Amino acid sequence: MGIWIEENAKVLVQGITGKQGMFHADKMVEYGTNIVGGCTPGKGGQTVDLQGKKFPVWNSMFEAIEATDADATVIYVPPPFAGEAIMEAADAFDQIKGEGVVVCITEGIPTLDMVKAVAFVENRPGVRLIGPNCPGIITPGENGGAKIGIMPGHIHAKGRIGIVSKSGTLTYEAVAQTMSIGEGQSTCVGIGGDPINGTGFIDCLAAFQADSQTEAIVMIGEIGGNAEEEAAAWAKENVTKPIVGFVAGATAPPGKRMGHAGAIISGGKGTAVEKFAAFEAADIACAKDPSEIGAVLLEALKKAGLRNE
Amino acid sequence: MMNDRDNAAAQFKGVLWLASDSDTMNIHEYQGKALFKAHGVNVLNGVHCTTVDDALNAYDSLQSKVVAVKSQIHAGGRGKGNLYRPNSDELVMEGGVKIAFSREDVKTYAANILGQVLVTKQTGQEGKIVNHLYVESGCDIAHEYYLALLVDREHKSVLIMASTEGGMDIEEVAEETPELLHKVNVDPNVGLMGYQIRDLGLALGLSGASHKSFGKMLRSLYNLFVKEDCAMVEINPLVRTADDDMVALDAKVSFDENAEFRHKNWDDLRDLSEEEDVEIRAKETGLSYVKLDGNIGCLVNGAGLAMATMDVIKLYGGEPANFLDVGGGANEEQVKTAFSIILEDPNVKGILVNIFGGIMRCDIIARGVIAATEALDLDVPLVVRLAGTNVVEGKAILADSTLNIHPADDLAEGAQKIVELIGGGA
Repeated sequence: MGIWIEENAKVLVQGITGKQGMFHADKMVEYGTNIVGGCTPGKGGQTVDLQGKKFPVWNSMFEAIEATDADATVIYVPPPFAGEAIMEAADAFDQIKGEGVVVCITEGIPTLDMVKAVAFVENRPGVRLIGPNCPGIITPGENGGAKIGIMPGHIHAKGRIGIVSKSGTLTYEAVAQTMSIGEGQSTCVGIGGDPINGTGFIDCLAAFQADSQTEAIVMIGEIGGNAEEEAAAWAKENVTKPIVGFVAGATAPPGKRMGHAGAIISGGKGTAVEKFAAFEAADIACAKDPSEIGAVLLEALKKAGLRNE
Repeated sequence: MMNDRDNAAAQFKGVLWLASDSDTMNIHEYQGKALFKAHGVNVLNGVHCTTVDDALNAYDSLQSKVVAVKSQIHAGGRGKGNLYRPNSDELVMEGGVKIAFSREDVKTYAANILGQVLVTKQTGQEGKIVNHLYVESGCDIAHEYYLALLVDREHKSVLIMASTEGGMDIEEVAEETPELLHKVNVDPNVGLMGYQIRDLGLALGLSGASHKSFGKMLRSLYNLFVKEDCAMVEINPLVRTADDDMVALDAKVSFDENAEFRHKNWDDLRDLSEEEDVEIRAKETGLSYVKLDGNIGCLVNGAGLAMATMDVIKLYGGEPANFLDVGGGANEEQVKTAFSIILEDPNVKGILVNIFGGIMRCDIIARGVIAATEALDLDVPLVVRLAGTNVVEGKAILADSTLNIHPADDLAEGAQKIVELIGGGA
């Protein structure tokens, strides 16, 4: 199980002939992801070599999905073309299958392009957009699994903890923390740090709550916006599984962008203090330091009677 | 729960700040007005000046009995700001925007503004040197309004806000009388619709010629916003003149930096003197750097982890000197640049490197750290925490070096060590 992406999900790579696309496609195949080919307009009919195997390239996402019945696509297209790549994938999944998962890794997409793309995807309810500017999504399996993105596969193991995060490397940190207490992951989702993105915290919490493999959830937020507050309020009403939370940016000065375009404290709104308070009000167990996530998680699992004292 | 009123005010503040953050590129009022003019948005005649003589010539050419002499800096609150002589606290003049009734007035005001430091509530105490002036014709004002377009992250669309309470601090309006702030969200795949424009005009109490003039202006502004990839366009005040024309008396325009690739003209509009030199240099090498006030330098991969690293330093009693994200695929050269940028800050008493290798391999980072510390003759304590891809090789490389590098296994240990090494908190 895991959420949205099964271990053996069929995955396409948009921008597979580019430097980034090919590098990460190779890493995904190495991990065990069921890559079924890719899409680069103008290069249809070619093949690319990944881990000593040949993979087909199509000119369009319509052709690629028709030919492979893919479940998901991952986008490594440069920023000027990424907004349209999202819409092409969403349109093709919607028309051909009525569903599909679109994972966009690209960083630096113009905001108004994303405003358009997100509205376009939201008009196609069977299609899920993850990102942009994110590490992707991974559902570890017994042998390999589905790694769709740029995260280091080898730090993961199949297990019962769901992880959702705005940050890339901080997600890896959370993964390492679960491993430090002998827990693996059901699915890890990086939702990205941009102000305008697809899948949000609440989507992930709802899916983890419904997923039979997931026993507990780690949620990593960042300063900026109010997605964490809304997710906490929603979780209080709707999530029965234990949640462990952390928010990065307690020391960030107001008005300054901290790397991620979305990470800005907005006139007293979106601070880490507020977000931690919202977490606590929703009975989310907070780690004040990412190195504590493992210990806090173990405590939460024990408290819920899911692990022995 | 917050009530609707608080919520509206908070949301308003949120979006306003979002649009004025540093991933957007600000331009001056005179540049914004040139853009307005090019897109058919009514503005008054005005001239951009950089000297007192320019200003006098502008006065002569404008043929207006009254002119406004306006300081041009990338910050709001200019009218209520004060001008000081550089590197002193000698007050030169109160008010960065002046109304001149004579040629003599223009001369006095221009001389009191150019080259002086303007301090407003948005510039911080250090203020900003004024290198540009805008001299603009006057007009007969019947009423002042507020109008802004910006990206609304909650509704994932372009938000238009307008109010009859123009010319004042709009954040106060949002807080005290949110019912006077009217909002329209535009569906990006449909565009601004006629009824939305009509409704907003009516909400502002406009009718007849002024309603028509407002409609034309708003349509032009929306087209400008989308075509020019704006993050925010704010007009405060937007005025209705005595003859029922709607005119933009101010122009605050900022662009979305991500869209720079399709706007070659932005290079000409950019005023580098308004940006932090070191932050520009960091950006050029693919690093994301923000200077802070503490004494522990940080070098981290990933924005979230970089923030968390700062937080944990603080948690263990230290103060971070900076935010620095070297990105996902940093090479040896970038690591070196990152070190040199951190060390430019004289407050830095120690450095914490925190890398969780994904794409980035720990062995490459370890080599980069060694090369950088040797090249820069590093003489402050250095703690390095490596995790992830090739961590064993990375740690071995550090252990084999003769340099004084303190290893740490996790973030908490790293933060504790560096705080201890520099002799406690800031």
